[in-house]
Amino acid sequence: MKHVSVAGKLVTLLFTAAFLVACSSSSTKEEEDAAAAAAAAAAAARAAQEAQAAASGAAYSAEQARLEETAAAYGNVFYFGYDSSNLTPEAIDALNAHIAYLKTNEKNLRLEGHTDERGTREYNLALGERRANSVRDYMVVNGVASYRIESISYGEERPIGYGSGESNWAQNRRVELVLIN
Amino acid sequence: MKWLTAAPVNLALPLVMALVMGMAPAAVRADLTIEITQGMDNPTSIAVVPFAWAGPGAAPVDMASVIDGDLARSGQFAPVARADMLGLPSTEAEVFYRDWRASETEYLLIGRASQDGALRIDYEVFDVVRQTKVLSGYEAGPAGEARMLAHRVADQVYEKLTGIRGAFATRLLYVSVARVTNGKDYYRLTLADSDGARPTVLLESREPLLAPTWSPDGNQIAYVSFETGRPAIFRQDLATGKRDQLTNFQGLNSSPAWSPDGKSMAMVLSKDGSPDVYVMNLANKQLTRITNHYAIETEPVWMPDGKSLLFTSDRGGKPQIYSYEMASGNIQRVTYEGSYNARARIAQDGRNMVLVHQQDGNFHIALLDLVTNRLQILTSTALDESPSIAPNGSMVLYATKSGDRGILAAVSVDGGVKFRLPASEGDVREPAWSPYLGR
Repeated sequence: MKHVSVAGKLVTLLFTAAFLVACSSSSTKEEEDAAAAAAAAAAAARAAQEAQAAASGAAYSAEQARLEETAAAYGNVFYFGYDSSNLTPEAIDALNAHIAYLKTNEKNLRLEGHTDERGTREYNLALGERRANSVRDYMVVNGVASYRIESISYGEERPIGYGSGESNWAQNRRVELVLIN
Repeated sequence: MKWLTAAPVNLALPLVMALVMGMAPAAVRADLTIEITQGMDNPTSIAVVPFAWAGPGAAPVDMASVIDGDLARSGQFAPVARADMLGLPSTEAEVFYRDWRASETEYLLIGRASQDGALRIDYEVFDVVRQTKVLSGYEAGPAGEARMLAHRVADQVYEKLTGIRGAFATRLLYVSVARVTNGKDYYRLTLADSDGARPTVLLESREPLLAPTWSPDGNQIAYVSFETGRPAIFRQDLATGKRDQLTNFQGLNSSPAWSPDGKSMAMVLSKDGSPDVYVMNLANKQLTRITNHYAIETEPVWMPDGKSLLFTSDRGGKPQIYSYEMASGNIQRVTYEGSYNARARIAQDGRNMVLVHQQDGNFHIALLDLVTNRLQILTSTALDESPSIAPNGSMVLYATKSGDRGILAAVSVDGGVKFRLPASEGDVREPAWSPYLGR
């Protein structure tokens, strides 16, 4: 996610540079060299852009960047209540931001469901999946194609907080959104 | 990720769990403990005299100590300390009953171990009060199996004196986890003797390993590994180390449970939506769907007669145990007491069911008598899970927490005897007690 965004900015930058150089009217050898270099840079930028467009299915845009930043500000972890897979109001706000961004691209994503340590491990594997699917279903209903989403449950196997008590449990009851490309 | 066949254990592993009792070298013993926290009120006093040795060098293992540890762990016996023994007989002719009556010893076990190629233990048990020999026999096997031979002697003595078949010559599977700060933990599927001795790492992975289980003949194991990036059920032969991946479905692939005839495996798959119980024919890998419900259906286990399955379902809103009759397809709710009953395991008698039961917010191991429907809570710690019953139905091994670390603990089915098996480092969890093992 991060490196794609940087690549996008780079493409923009190269384009701007190439455009400015190409527009300046000049006839000196030095300037011709510069123009040739700029043309080469522009070609490289086009190639990079095409590659990126092919990969992500959407060109970079300022609006996309804004949506990406908004989603990032919400974070990619959504929290749940005990033995619950219901989305909290906070999770819905965060998900809405992610969905808005995901609609601007074709990225695939992985939803990793987790639980706290209470209850049995196998039940928690199922509960983690239920949480991941709860997030998936909300995304699909709101316009993210289901084929882009993979759900996986780790149950209680991957805690953030190892200790017992609600402060640890609360941070372990979660779904993490991971962008794959 | 690497996986290993049964090689001699590396005792230097800091993770290595608990050997018992006295005889290991001091450097090893530091890592390994069994703590008996509660025994019976009037345990039987038995003196296990150090065995005589006839073979090259010193005896490979203090076999009497292994037997002593087994009997002590059962909670039903109070072994006499060696320092309190007035003599160390190894033959019947050397037994003087008055010496043992003086120390209020009720039974006396003596033996002679020899090695001439194979290893052999000859032993006798005497009733000190009646002044009679009540048991004599021998166990023989490969030289490297001294501990297992000693466990078999303990099995014979236990059965003679309690009337219950011994289950010391069995093994344990469990998952140990070494935490890595800011990184992926190490998961190690580990095999050990029933006393925690000789731990051997069968499989090591940076991705989760869980739900280890035994085939009914004790020759194979199955477990869930995330090594492919997703959960999948694997089967592994213990003698050859050969293994195969049984499932690779979208979603959950978990809770493997062999049928009593060894031909099928119950499991949980969510490929059709929500987690449901399926049975796989292991000969052709064909699946039969058992449950079909939008609720969570998981943790299947077979009744010993193979005619029905128990499983956990939250179809009623909270997790409870249900049964599924194979012939009719009838599903019946089994547990009613409390708001969380899960992960049933059933004793070979088909009557004693152990499960995870929530009370006042805490998770305990409980025993449900399927005849009287009486539920008895066996443990008093807060986060108890993964109960596994010994093949003779006497003890329940389970996982719990001590501080923020996972440890194994055991309790007798009557709740009267308790011991803990803490590891020196890391977490241990998901114990699976083997069936009786062939020789």
